Amino acid sequence: MHVGLEQYLTVSFLLFALGLLGVIMRRNLLVIYMSLELMLNAANLALVAFSRFNNKLDGQVLVFFIITVAAAEVSVGLALIVALYRRRQSAHVEDLTGLKL
Amino acid sequence: MQHELFPWLILFLPLLAAAAITLFTLRSRALSAFLSIGAIVTGFILSVIFINANGWHFSAEISRTWLSIGSLQIDWGLKLDALSMMMLLVVTGVGGAIHVYSVGYMHEDSGFARFFACLSLFTFSMLGIVLANNFIELFICWELVGVSSYLLIGFWFERPSAGDAAKKAFIVNRLGDFGFLLGILTVWGLLGTLNFSDLHGQLTANPAALGLSATVAGLLVFCGAVGKSAQFPLHVWLPDAMEGPTPVSALIHAATMVAAGVYMLCRIFFLLNPEALHVIAYIGGFTSLLAALIAVQQDDIKRIIAYSTLSQLGYMVMAVGLSGPTAAMFHLTTHAFFKALLFLSAGSVIIALHHEQNIWKMGKLRYKMPITFWTFLVGALALSGVWPFAGFYSKDSILAQALAQHDYILFADGALVAGLTTFYIFRLFFVVFLGKEKSDGASHAHESPAVMTLPLVVLAVFSLIGGFIGIEGVYSGMFVGESGISTGFAAAIFEPFIHSPLAASLGLCLVAIGFFAALSLYAKADKDPLPEKLGGLATAMKNKFYFDEFYEAVFVRAHDFIAAVMNWIDRWLVEGFCIGLIRGGTDLTGRALRLVQTGNLQTYAFFFVLGVAVVLWLVLK
Amino acid sequence: MDLVDILFYVFAALTLGCGVLVIANPLSRNPVTSAMFLVLTIISMAGLFVLLHAFFLAAVQILVYAGAVIVLFLFVIMLLDLKAEARRKIKIYGLIAGLIAVGAILALFFKNLISTSPNGGSPPTIEGTTEALGKLLFTGYVLPFEVVSVLLLVAMIGVILLSRKKLE
Repeated sequence: MHVGLEQYLTVSFLLFALGLLGVIMRRNLLVIYMSLELMLNAANLALVAFSRFNNKLDGQVLVFFIITVAAAEVSVGLALIVALYRRRQSAHVEDLTGLKL
Repeated sequence: MQHELFPWLILFLPLLAAAAITLFTLRSRALSAFLSIGAIVTGFILSVIFINANGWHFSAEISRTWLSIGSLQIDWGLKLDALSMMMLLVVTGVGGAIHVYSVGYMHEDSGFARFFACLSLFTFSMLGIVLANNFIELFICWELVGVSSYLLIGFWFERPSAGDAAKKAFIVNRLGDFGFLLGILTVWGLLGTLNFSDLHGQLTANPAALGLSATVAGLLVFCGAVGKSAQFPLHVWLPDAMEGPTPVSALIHAATMVAAGVYMLCRIFFLLNPEALHVIAYIGGFTSLLAALIAVQQDDIKRIIAYSTLSQLGYMVMAVGLSGPTAAMFHLTTHAFFKALLFLSAGSVIIALHHEQNIWKMGKLRYKMPITFWTFLVGALALSGVWPFAGFYSKDSILAQALAQHDYILFADGALVAGLTTFYIFRLFFVVFLGKEKSDGASHAHESPAVMTLPLVVLAVFSLIGGFIGIEGVYSGMFVGESGISTGFAAAIFEPFIHSPLAASLGLCLVAIGFFAALSLYAKADKDPLPEKLGGLATAMKNKFYFDEFYEAVFVRAHDFIAAVMNWIDRWLVEGFCIGLIRGGTDLTGRALRLVQTGNLQTYAFFFVLGVAVVLWLVLK
Repeated sequence: MDLVDILFYVFAALTLGCGVLVIANPLSRNPVTSAMFLVLTIISMAGLFVLLHAFFLAAVQILVYAGAVIVLFLFVIMLLDLKAEARRKIKIYGLIAGLIAVGAILALFFKNLISTSPNGGSPPTIEGTTEALGKLLFTGYVLPFEVVSVLLLVAMIGVILLSRKKLE
C-alpha cells in the first residue's frame, strides 16, 4: 500500500495516545514529563506530514518553533521538579496533593 | 399670636435636659437635678407668659412638615387652644412640684441623675401628647410616654417585682395601642388626613363622612385610652406600676400620663358618635365602681391610692362618654392636683417609715408629721368631694352631666362610687394618721424636709381652691354642644347647688355616709374589721376580684400554649424539616462533590482529557 | 511497495515500539531506561522527518532533543536519586482511567481520519531544505522568531532563579 498522509497521521495519533496514557498512568514526575515530550513529538510529526502533503513550508516553521518552545519548557519544568524535590524529598505525584487543602 | 417661639421651647427644653443629663452630667447629682427642674420650671413660666399674652380663648396651630410620603403628609405641629394650654399648665406645674419633691425623695438613691433624665424624657413626651396637632405625632409621643413610664416603673430594676411590673405595664399598654393604631389607620383610610383641625372640619361639614365605620373607628381609638388610662379590662397594670418610686407614681400614674387617655378622648371628641360614647360611658362607670370596691380592702398605702386613681379615671372616661368633655377635663385638672398631693403625702409617710408601705404598720402620725397630716387631709377631702374642695366641683359636674343626659344608672353608679371613695380614703387616713402606733417604725417617724413639704403645701392650696377659680370656664365652649359657663368668683363657689341641686346634695350625702362609716369602723381599729363582716366579698376585693389570676389562667396560659406550638413548628417543621432538608441536601452534595477534588494531579488530567474529548466531539461532529 | 514505504514502516514501528517502552517497560522501571528509549523514539522520528523531506527539522530534532533535552533529563535523574521511586507499581485505576481517556481521544481522531480519507491529490513536491526554511523564517516569520529568542532568555533566567539553593 502506498504511504500517504493517512499513514503518517495514524502514527502520529498512536504516538499521541501513548504519551497521553503515560501522563495519566505513570506516577513518576520525570516519566510524565517524558510522556509529554512524546505528545509534542506526535504533534510535530502530524505538522510535518501536513506540510509535506499540502506543499507548504509554514508547517515546518511551526515545528521549528515548537521544538524551541519545548526546549524552554523542559528546562523550566525540570528546574521546577528539582525545586519541588528539594522541599518534599519526592518526585512522585501521589505525594504532591497540594491542590487539596 | 405673641411669643410664637415659646411653645417650641416649652416642648423641647425637657428633651434637651434629658439628653444633656444622659450625655454629660450623669456623675453630678446637683447639676442633673438643676437641668431637669430648670427645664420644667422654665416651661411653666413660659406657659404662664404665653397664656397671659394671648388669653385663654385663642386657638392657633404652628406646624412644620416633617415628612411626606405619597399623599400622606405628616406635620410636626403644635396645636394651641384652651385645652392644650391648660394641660401645659397642669403638666409643667404639677410636674414641676413633683420634680422638686423628687430631690428630697430620691436623695439617697444612687440612680439620682438617671431618675431625672427619665423624668425629663417623660415630661417631653407628655407635652408632645398635649401639643400634638395630628394623630401620628400624638401616637409617637404616646409611645414615648409608654417608654419613659417603663423606664420609671422599672427604675429599681434590681428588684424582680419592679422589672415584672414595668414589663406588665408596657405589654398591657401595647394591647391598647394596637387598637389605637388600627383606629388611626381607619380614620386615615376613610378621611385621608390625620390633622385634628382638618378632621374636625371634615366631620363638621359632613357628619356621616366616616359612614358605618364611625363606631368602630371611635372604639378603636378609645382602645388607646383604655390602655393608657387603665380602664377595664386593661386596668391591671396600674396598681403594679406602684413599684416605681413614689414621685413617679404621683407624676405619671396619677396626675399626668394616665390622664393622657382622657385628654386624647377630649381632643378627638368630635370623632366619637353616640354609640361609641355609650360604650365609653359604661366602661368608665364600671371601672370606677370596680376600682373603688377593690380599694376598700387593700393594705398597701400606694395601692389604695392607685385604685383610687383608677376609679377617678373611670369617672373621667364616664364623663367623656356622657358627652361632657368639659366635666372630664375639669375633673382631670383637679384630680391632678389632689392625686399628686395624696401620692406625695403618702411618699412622705413612706420615707419617714423607711419604705414601709403597709398601713397596718403605721398609725398616730398626726403629731409626728403635722404638715403631711394636714396636706393629706386636704387631699382626702378633695378626693372625697367635700365642699368647697376642688374635687367637689369637678365630681359634681360629672354627676350633673349624668343627670342632664338622663342616664340614671350611671348617676347612681357615680354617686355610689363617691360614697365608696370617701370610705376607703378615710379608712386609710384614720389607720395611718390616727389610732395607735402599730409598729416601731411608726413611733420613730419624723417630718420630711422642706424640699418635700413645700410642694405638698402648694398642691394642697390648689386642691383647696381648684374648683372655683375658673378652670371649668376655660374648657367650656371648646366642645360641640356645650354652652359656656361664665360666672363671677363668688357665685362660682355656690354654682353647683344652683346648677344641679340634686347632684350636689346627693353627692354630699353619700360622702357623709362614707365618712361616718369609715369613722365608726376604723378610728380605733388595730386590724381590719371588714373581712369578718363581709366574708367572701372582702376576700374577693382584697384579691382585686381575681383579675390577675383570671388573666394568668386564660390569656397567659393560652399565650404560652400558642408559643409552645409555634416553638414546636419552628423547631421541627421549619428548622427541622424545611431547613434541615436544604441544609442536608447541600451538605450531601458538598460531600459528594468533595470526592472529585482528590488533589491528585492525574485525576485532574483524566477529567481534563475527557473535557477536551467532549469539546473536540462538539467541534468536529 | 518501494524502499521509501518499507523505510516508513520500519521507522514507524521503531517509533511506536520505543514509545511503548518509554511509558511502560516491563523489564525496568528505572527512569534512565525510559529516557534512553525516548532518545530512540526521537531518532526514529528524525528518520520519519527525512522520509517527509524535512531534512533541516530532522537535524534539529536530533540536535535539540536527543542532544540537549535528553541530556537535561538524564542530569536531573542523576541529581534526584530516584531508586525508591523505581519500585512503585502502576496502579490499576490509573491504567483504566488512562485507557478510557486515550480510547475516547483516539476514537474521535480515527473517526475523522476515516471520514475524510485525505490520501490522494497532487504528489508532494516541496523540499524542507535549510535554505528554503531559512528564507521563510527570516521573511514571513521574523517577528515570532525574535519573540522565541526572548522566550528562551526568559526561560533561562527563570531556571537560574528556580535552581538557587534558597527559594524565597
